[in-house]
Order: sequence, then structure tokens, then C-alpha cells
Amino acid sequence: MTFALETIGLDKQFGGLHVTRDLSLKIAAGARHALIGPNGAGKTTVINLLTGVIKPNGGKIMLEGADITGLTVQARVLRGLSRTFQINQLYADLTPLETIGLAVSERLGHGGDWWRRLGSRANVNVEIAETLERFHLLDVMNEPTGTLPYGKQRLLEIALAIATKPRVLLLDEPAAGVPQSERHEILAAVAGLPREVTVLLIEHDMDLVFSFADRISVLVSGALLVEGTPDEVAHDPRVKAVYLGEGADA
Amino acid sequence: MSADHGVGEVSLRRARWGHGETAFWLIAIAAIFVFSDRYLILTEMAWLGLFALSLDLILGYAGIVSLGHAAFFGVGAYAAGLLAVHGIVKEPILALVVAGCAAMVLGFATSFLVIRGSELSQLMVTLGIALLLRELANKFSDITGGFDGLQGIVIDPILGLFSFDIFGKVGFIYCLVVLFVLFLLARLIVHSPFGLSLRAIRNNPLRAAAIGIPVNRRLIAIYTLSAFYAGIAGALFTQTTALASLDVFSFERSADLLLVLVIGGAGYLYGGLIGAVVFRVLQDMFSSWTPQFWQFWIGLVLVLIVLIGRERMYRGVMWLPRLAMRRMTSLSRSAS
Repeated sequence: MTFALETIGLDKQFGGLHVTRDLSLKIAAGARHALIGPNGAGKTTVINLLTGVIKPNGGKIMLEGADITGLTVQARVLRGLSRTFQINQLYADLTPLETIGLAVSERLGHGGDWWRRLGSRANVNVEIAETLERFHLLDVMNEPTGTLPYGKQRLLEIALAIATKPRVLLLDEPAAGVPQSERHEILAAVAGLPREVTVLLIEHDMDLVFSFADRISVLVSGALLVEGTPDEVAHDPRVKAVYLGEGADA
Repeated sequence: MSADHGVGEVSLRRARWGHGETAFWLIAIAAIFVFSDRYLILTEMAWLGLFALSLDLILGYAGIVSLGHAAFFGVGAYAAGLLAVHGIVKEPILALVVAGCAAMVLGFATSFLVIRGSELSQLMVTLGIALLLRELANKFSDITGGFDGLQGIVIDPILGLFSFDIFGKVGFIYCLVVLFVLFLLARLIVHSPFGLSLRAIRNNPLRAAAIGIPVNRRLIAIYTLSAFYAGIAGALFTQTTALASLDVFSFERSADLLLVLVIGGAGYLYGGLIGAVVFRVLQDMFSSWTPQFWQFWIGLVLVLIVLIGRERMYRGVMWLPRLAMRRMTSLSRSAS
């Protein structure tokens, strides 16, 4: 069986620090998969390895059966692997329209166009509008991103990843730092992600994880501790030990 | 409303010509007739403005800093000079393009060294390349004329029709036309998806890569284009002054250029042009007032700009014109 995303014996060391140990993850197509683990479990490193920001010391990463271990960040995006960022990594002085416009232009192969203005291609415009509408950003599309409320920025973060039309989406703590009043909008956006997109959610918030995921992998000290359905994971004594030992972290 | 919810309309509106822009170019054309005794300084403003525009493309849009932009200016200047002296390309516009291309080749070759690394390493590498070229020009003095500069540069009439006159009128109009054409091209580029991707890269290179923008390729492209612009500026300098000496590569030239862009502001294309005008006017004013200490006053102005902030100064300067504008629009509204 071919998985949407698969790691085989993934390994990463920073000097003497072993942050990812022989990690083999299998994420089925269309899955809502969550990767959880206490602080320092190495979740961020896994994202950076998957997206190509850092290279592993060993092991392979397969996207829909093809080895992507050696590809650059943007080559992986073009293959259909995108991510959102835990802390907003947006373009503060670009507007949401321009931000989404960039991603759409880039994907449709118009990103290098220097002779015509953004907004002059009807198909690009329609796609920008659809994305902005789906994420409730139409009303603020012409305002500099840096001036938007935090919740809107989080929405734009997800919208931007979706605008690259990923087949696999890595969601890195989508609701982190969002005020309670704006939270429901983010959760609705996450829940409303297209079914055909495979989602790997990296999250601290257990409410979100258990309401969203159909499969959960628990990462401890860079290695896979348990994998299973939410029910199995919730009742696994090893998971309980890790999280109870950690106290408030869960 | 169409299916795009006004997305096309809104994004095209951002790229539309403003009244301020039209006014700017009308004033530039008016200068031909109003300041007919000041063509030399006007010409300097024009090529300096183009030179600053070239730096703005990499600094203001892509976030690449440079302390050695004179390298490309110098290559353009010497190329134009050599083409004229040896009679290789006699027609000035053609020679201009060839000189720009020479600088562009150097820009492409050195872009690989510049785009990687932090701002500090960019400053050092660009500075180093300019110093290197200056030494090379000095070393090969049989070609470049060394410290004395190229001798015997005579520029043919433009298109075989317009000879450069001693008052510099043709020279100024020539520079202004070239500046305007290249400005239009730059304006087109910065409003394109390509130009937008540069701003995204400046904002956040990691995120730019994460939405599929080929960061390095874009930086190489804009650096190469910027070198072309700088080369053209250098060639204009040589063609209008019939000079090409070692100081085209000088550190002061690169540093002054940063000053020009700081005065005018980076990242909106007009900063370099306005900066060039203000810089030359200040330089002229201060040097006629106190010949030995003009650099002191320029330095003071620079410190003030950074301390007060350009935004606040701009609001102060624009207060009266804005008021007049508002009065006029309200008058025309009540009339209709």
C-alpha cells in the first residue's frame, strides 16, 4: 500500500543531541493524523525534516510513494507537501490578497511573470477570491497583513498553505496563541479543510487533537512511543505515564 | 460583481498611476525649460536617480544590501568609454545597451557570491568586488588609462541626429528619456507576481520557499537586472561628461548612493529619484556656502533623517499640498 506520507527509519542528530530516533510514520491518504508529544519530544524537528528545511542523518521520506528526501523546500511544495507555521510567518507589509496571489501564481507557473501585473489573469483572480472567501478574509484582503487581528493572521496562515493546493498538509499548532473569542473560526477552518487533503496535525491542545484526528502518533524523545486510534491512545498506559508524569503539559 | 469578488480590480488599482506620479514626471519635463541654465546638475540628478533606482530594486524590494554598487556603475562607465574611444559602437543608445549588458554579466557572475549569507557578508562581498575592480582598472592602465582616466572620449550624435551640445541640453533630455523608460520597466516589474515574490522574500525567505517560490533564482534575476540598471547609469555618466576614471569604482560613490536612497526612502521606486534630487541640491547648496565642510552638513542631514524619521518629515512637507488637494476636491464636489 502506498501512503500519502511515510518516513522510514528517519534519524537526526545535532552534534551529540539525538533529536529524531529511527522514526517510521505511515500516514494514509485522506487521513486526519495527529502527532503529539510532550515539550522537547522533537515535533518541530520532524516538521523541519519533512518539509526539507533540515536534512536527516539517516532514513527516507516518501511522498505518495516517491522518495523526496533529497528535494529542496520549494520542490516539495510543488510536489504537494505544504505546511503552516506555529508562529505566524507571514509577509507583514503584503496584503492577504497579494499573499494568496503569490502562492496561486507560483503554483500555476506564473510566479516568474515580470511583464504583467498581478490581477491581470482571470483564473488566478478567481482562485484568490475563492481562497479568501473560504477563510473569511475577503473583507480584509486589501489591508497590510501586519495590521490584522491575530486570529485573521492565523487564518491567512492556513489559507496560504491551502493556496499551494497541497496533497499533504502539515498543520503546526494552528490555534496556538489565538484569543478565545477568535478560536472557533480557526477550529472551523481546520475542520473544514478539504477531505482530499491529507492532514498531519502537530498539536499541544488535546481537545483539538481528539476532536480532529482519526489517528494519533505519540512522539517521546524523538522516537515513536505509540500509534493508534484516539481511543487506543487515550487508554494506553504508556501514554498516560508520559503525560501524567509531565503534569500540566497535556 | 464577477466571480473574483473584485480581486482583479483591487490588485490592478494598486498598480494604477497616481496624480503624484504624473506630477513628478511633468515637473521633470518642465525642468528642461525652467532650469535651462542648470543642465549639468540636472543631468547628474538623472543618472544618479537611475543609479539609485537600481539599488532600490535589490535593497528596497529584495532586501539585498550593497556597499559596492559602484562596481556595476564603473563597468558601465568604462564600457561606454572604451566603445567610444575605440569606435567599436559609435551610436550612443546602442553603446548604452552594450555597456549595460557588460555590467549585467558581472552582476550575474557575482550574484552567486552575494545572495547567500547575512547582510553583513553581503556588505563585505559587494564592497570587496568594487575594490577589486578598482584595482584591476588601475593595474591595466594601458586599457583604462589608470589614474588619468580614459583619454579622448568623443560621443557621436544620438541616432546620428542629436549631437551633445556644450550646455548639456541634449544630454539631459537623453538621460531623462532613458531614466523614464527604465523606470517604466521597473514599475511594471515591481507590480508583477515576480516583483511581489521579491517583497515576500525580503519579508521572510523561509516562508517564501515554503509556498514554492524559488528564492535563489529570483534573487539572482533581480541582482542581475539591478546591475544592468547601474551599468546604464554609469554609461550615461560617461556619455554626458566624456569622463571615465578610477573614481567611478570608488567606495564614496557606493556610500553616497546608499545615502541617496536613505534620503528618498527605499521600496517605492521614487525614493531613489527624489533622493538624487535632494542629495544634489543639498550638495550644491552646502558646497557653495561652505566649500570645505559640505560633507559635515550632509552628514547632519542624514542623522536628522534617521532620528526624525522620513514619515514624519514627509507629513510635514506634504501638509500644504495635501490641504490644497482636499480643498480642491471638496470644491469640485460642491460644484457638481
